[in-house]
Amino acid sequence: MLDQLINTGSKATRDGFGAGLYEIGKLNPDVVALCADLVGSLKMEAFIKDFPERFFQVGIAEANMIGIAAGLATSGKIPYTGTFANFSTGRVYDQLRQSIAYSDKNVKVCASHAGLTLGEDGATHQILEDIGMIKMLPGFAVICPCDYNQTKAATMAIAEHYGPVYLRFGRPNWPVFTPENQRFEIGKAQVLSAGADISLIATGHMVWQIVEAARALAAEGISCEVINVHTIKPLDEETILDSVSKTKCVVSAEEHQRNGGLGESIAGLLARRLPAPMEFVAVNDSFGESGKPMELLDKYGLGIPDVIAAAKRALQRKS
Amino acid sequence: MADITQLKDIASQVRRDIIRQTYYSNSGHPGGSLGCADFFTALYFKVLRRHPHFDMTGKGEDMFFLSNGHISPVWYSALARAGYFPIEELATFRQLHSRLQGHPATHEGLPGIRIASGSLGQGLSVAIGAALAKKLNGDPHLVYALTGDGELQEGQIWEAAMFAAHHKVDNLIVTVDWNGQQIDGPNDEVISLGNLPAKWEAFGWEVLHTPGNDMASLLHTLQHAGELTGKGRPVVVLMRTEMGFGVDFMMGSHKWHGVAPNKEQAIKALAQLPETLGDYPGPGEI
Repeated sequence: MLDQLINTGSKATRDGFGAGLYEIGKLNPDVVALCADLVGSLKMEAFIKDFPERFFQVGIAEANMIGIAAGLATSGKIPYTGTFANFSTGRVYDQLRQSIAYSDKNVKVCASHAGLTLGEDGATHQILEDIGMIKMLPGFAVICPCDYNQTKAATMAIAEHYGPVYLRFGRPNWPVFTPENQRFEIGKAQVLSAGADISLIATGHMVWQIVEAARALAAEGISCEVINVHTIKPLDEETILDSVSKTKCVVSAEEHQRNGGLGESIAGLLARRLPAPMEFVAVNDSFGESGKPMELLDKYGLGIPDVIAAAKRALQRKS
Repeated sequence: MADITQLKDIASQVRRDIIRQTYYSNSGHPGGSLGCADFFTALYFKVLRRHPHFDMTGKGEDMFFLSNGHISPVWYSALARAGYFPIEELATFRQLHSRLQGHPATHEGLPGIRIASGSLGQGLSVAIGAALAKKLNGDPHLVYALTGDGELQEGQIWEAAMFAAHHKVDNLIVTVDWNGQQIDGPNDEVISLGNLPAKWEAFGWEVLHTPGNDMASLLHTLQHAGELTGKGRPVVVLMRTEMGFGVDFMMGSHKWHGVAPNKEQAIKALAQLPETLGDYPGPGEI
């Protein structure tokens, strides 16, 4: 199955968001969109061109954008807010908590440029804490798709899910390896490739990194089960437990702090239900810096060699 | 529709409800609540064109959002007296398992409440969102919001003010409870609001002034505010109230912002407020 995970051409997940927003805009007249002065970065132009009356330019005022979205949702609209992940979360955490989560509002917080792969803009914009912040808010779903096609599908699927959603995606062109026009099932992890020796579990851009790592490990005779957890919350506990009960060890990988991320969610699950050796591929309590996306992944321990090394450590602990 | 005398009677009962809720829970915010009792009475018994039963979406009716959520006792009383939920439920204010949370919330499903508030500065943005939805839906009804004055120190308020003018959100009437007080003291000592009318005017709003503890003036101004809607500009009503209005020893001081009366004080306060509609059954003797 690893052989079938082919890069069909690189595109940015944020372009997937823009395409999905346009499609869901055509299908669902209740969908409205808001942006805080980043229309081009969020690829919202197609939606705005065809549905100008359903788009609201808020300017550089993210807190106000979240509040307006809450009011639109109160009245039955399905608002999609668009800005960078940093400004979608840390900057507006209290608004998300009180006006969206605690008030049970059906708002879709769509966040681009997440993680180190934002690149040259540096640590001010490279948020690595957003998954942790949002997964702590009761009622919020946290979704981080792995490529263009999946981000497009997820953008459309979240309109059908009633409740607040955090949709996380990124800036760079990235391998596209999941099917076009796929059905996106919120809360359902995907076993991309079955394996026997170790479970490699990732979210977002790092899914491609574990696919490549699994190929290298396969060449050494190590059989990896490759799992894409595109929904960090609610976590698909059964798929993870089924896999780990077979492989008996795990590596998690994410473009996020180790504290508060997907790996921590998996570790919590395993501690409660199925303790097993686990290694974490994540940023370890530091900020990023300016650089090219792949350089940054390598420097901060998120490269393919880092996944391979983590897998070998986990395998060693298992034996 | 209630006339002025009836509205004054209702406001007196609302003030009794505020005193009794805060006394029995030994917590809550009586000062700002008392100051806004006339506004809430005018709103729910005269101004709002509303369905008798609660509908979260507010389609086909006027909507109201409270941004300064700490004055929940006055809102709960007005909602109960207006028929949204049984007045007996006022006895559960701030108790375990209650729908009447310390600060207003939708989470427990209390009819009449559309957004949680308490962390300040957020309600105006929410009201703008509801007003935009009304325009999208072709609904000619209005959206009302109330903010505190100290709350205007929050930056999000001015983000929202700028947006509403730019996008011509002219189906929105925001009232500011301008009592001049906040927890730590008078606004002018904490952080001065400066020239408040000039600020709103500079942001592109229609600005009206009204006394907030004179029912006839208040009704007149709110009616005038309604007439100014639909003309391309949002409307703000700067409402001069007195914190603690109606209870002589609570009036005009920030000291009763977030302090509940003890039994002796509650009895003294209730003696100044005629029981016009009947008190809700309390758990104790007052």
